[in-house]
Amino acid sequence: MRASLFITCYNDTLFPQTGRAVVRLLERLGVEVEFAPAQTCCGQMHANTGFRGEAYSQAKRFVQLYRDTECVVIPSSSCVAMIRDQYPGLFAELGNEELRRAFAALLPRIFEFSEFLTDKLGIDDVGACFPHRVAYHASCHGLRGLNIGERPFRLLRRVRGLELTPIANLDRCCGFGGTFSVKNADVSTAMLDAKLTDLLATEAEYCTALDNSCLMHLGGALHRRNLKMKPIHLAEILASTEAGAS
Amino acid sequence: MSGPVPISTPVMDPRLAPPFPKAALPILQNTQLRKNVAHATDVIQAKRNRLVAEKKDWQELRTSASAIRAHVLANLATYLEQFETNCTAAGGVVHWASNAAEARRIIIDILREENATEVIKIKTMTSAEIQLNPALEAAGIAAIETDLAELILQLGHDEPSHIVVPALHVNRHQVREIFARQMGLPQLPNDPEALTAAARTYLRRKFLSVPTAISGANFLIAETGSVAIVESEGNGRMCLTLPRTLITLAGIEKVLPRFADLEVMLQVLARSATGERLNPYNSLWSGVVSGDGPQRFHVVLLDNGRSEILARKVERQTLQCIRCAACLNTCPVYRQTGGHAYGSPYAGPIGAILTPQLERMRHAQSLPYASSLCGACYEVCPVKINIPEVLIDLRAQVVDQERVDSARWTDPMYLGMKAANFAFASASRFRMAQWFGRLGLRFFTGKDGWIRKLPSLGSRWTLSRDLPALPDQTFRQWWAERESKPKTGADK
Repeated sequence: MRASLFITCYNDTLFPQTGRAVVRLLERLGVEVEFAPAQTCCGQMHANTGFRGEAYSQAKRFVQLYRDTECVVIPSSSCVAMIRDQYPGLFAELGNEELRRAFAALLPRIFEFSEFLTDKLGIDDVGACFPHRVAYHASCHGLRGLNIGERPFRLLRRVRGLELTPIANLDRCCGFGGTFSVKNADVSTAMLDAKLTDLLATEAEYCTALDNSCLMHLGGALHRRNLKMKPIHLAEILASTEAGAS
Repeated sequence: MSGPVPISTPVMDPRLAPPFPKAALPILQNTQLRKNVAHATDVIQAKRNRLVAEKKDWQELRTSASAIRAHVLANLATYLEQFETNCTAAGGVVHWASNAAEARRIIIDILREENATEVIKIKTMTSAEIQLNPALEAAGIAAIETDLAELILQLGHDEPSHIVVPALHVNRHQVREIFARQMGLPQLPNDPEALTAAARTYLRRKFLSVPTAISGANFLIAETGSVAIVESEGNGRMCLTLPRTLITLAGIEKVLPRFADLEVMLQVLARSATGERLNPYNSLWSGVVSGDGPQRFHVVLLDNGRSEILARKVERQTLQCIRCAACLNTCPVYRQTGGHAYGSPYAGPIGAILTPQLERMRHAQSLPYASSLCGACYEVCPVKINIPEVLIDLRAQVVDQERVDSARWTDPMYLGMKAANFAFASASRFRMAQWFGRLGLRFFTGKDGWIRKLPSLGSRWTLSRDLPALPDQTFRQWWAERESKPKTGADK
């Protein structure tokens, strides 16, 4: 099977280790990974801030770039939610019939990273080893946007040595919200405080998620407060093996 | 221990209120208020979740409720005319107000005809929307709020902060202080029974002596010309039955086609709003009945921007709202700020979409941004309003205004967005942006590879969060390097 990795703009720039982990894991599972160097951004930041025309440019670019691929894997649930929830509206308003058709054909071949493993590959046990105490943060777009449900838990439960600690108020937003974290920085911080209280109560060593965006927000606060808990993308846990535990 | 009650009266007029981030600041520092809001929303939400869980066909009920409301909006003119015909036939007088000023004038004219100097009020957020109380005061008519929570706020010179539980930000000890001071009862104990008894004594005198009342409406029934109000206290029932003259102020979107539609709507409303199977008081009346209840009955149907909302494809769903406030209770933003930061009688996620639209996008432009787009509101909405979708559409309207505003060239967010769009248009531009970004941020990066302080917009991030320095190698550089090497099979 061939999968084209859409790494996303911020993972590419800020969290390349997540992309490397996705490649390592998928290749271990026998998937042939492709990377289209022309890719940039899905347009989420522009769309969610109200820059619709700009978001449309990115959306159009995305569809043109991936229309002929076997399937697309994206290690960011909010970018997948952007594609599923907002592209149809953007194309209906600004696109043409040809683009709408190309998108409709591509859509079922787009997978969020944990969806790709559990749904497309049908694997819960990826043969990972990560002997640590881990809390799973449910990002809003994964939880409500994609209805990701049990998928990440199924994957995490099969990781050797991993102890999963439940977090209270799992379904409550961490306060990141893209440009919300800057436009409403004080409210975002108050939400972050509430989430950190629940997170720290788990006494986990790592906080994992499907989105490095939430993790950048949570991890930035953990670092600011000199706390030991570390953010880590789900892909990095699943890519870890006994030979090379991170 | 009780905190100071309101520090200063919040500004609840969207034309005058400060932008959301600024209005939220003093509230974020008010520990007592935040504690009250968190506690109250936790309690209501837990009740709501329990009552929704026991309903096996909840999702079907939601679908029905949403379909009924969408059908009404698609046929609004028909149902409004039907309501007018049937209400008039039952002895009511229907008035049409295209804006707030017209509605105020109609109401004041009726009250003047009645020679009213006082008017009792119940269940009417719409009256706050049209700023009715100050207009009444200017006309020499004293407005007396009779909903217990509204009374607490009126006596405390405070403002509502929640759609269903207007005084949710005030706790019992604070209520005692307000009552003791305003009712002249210095010895008043702070147990709920004593407080309720004090309110009852105070309000009964008003119910028995004031002959004119103003109410809102939960629903208007087209088929019968009836009005429906649900409440928990019975004070509404008093207001709706004791006076000689009753004026009901209702937004035009409040109409339902048939009496039977209440079966669905009352179920989803009670469970979503207060976590009850049915509200304790469900008042329904049609026009005037000789010798029983008010003998003069007026309905003022208010447009005030609603027709414009109706005309917009995405935004139209805003008008499906039945004011249950489930979206407020679940909203992680509202839970931190309470309602006053929204600067409007309509707070929370629904307020964030309704208020700017009622202001025709000329005011309250910060409200569509007062959300992390987490989607919790959409999940609980009993009539399935996709609030995040509307928020995003309103943001696009705000940006479209900004595109022709010369101030955009000094707005770092606008400039950043334009620059990012330029960079995302091609891989070579994006690579260059990454290179410049890494270089620029190096200046702010500490020895441990973390950034603690950034200028301009970045300072809003570093307010509470450090930022990792940009790694030396982007993913695409790593990939290119890997591709250029002969395949070895193993990769780090």
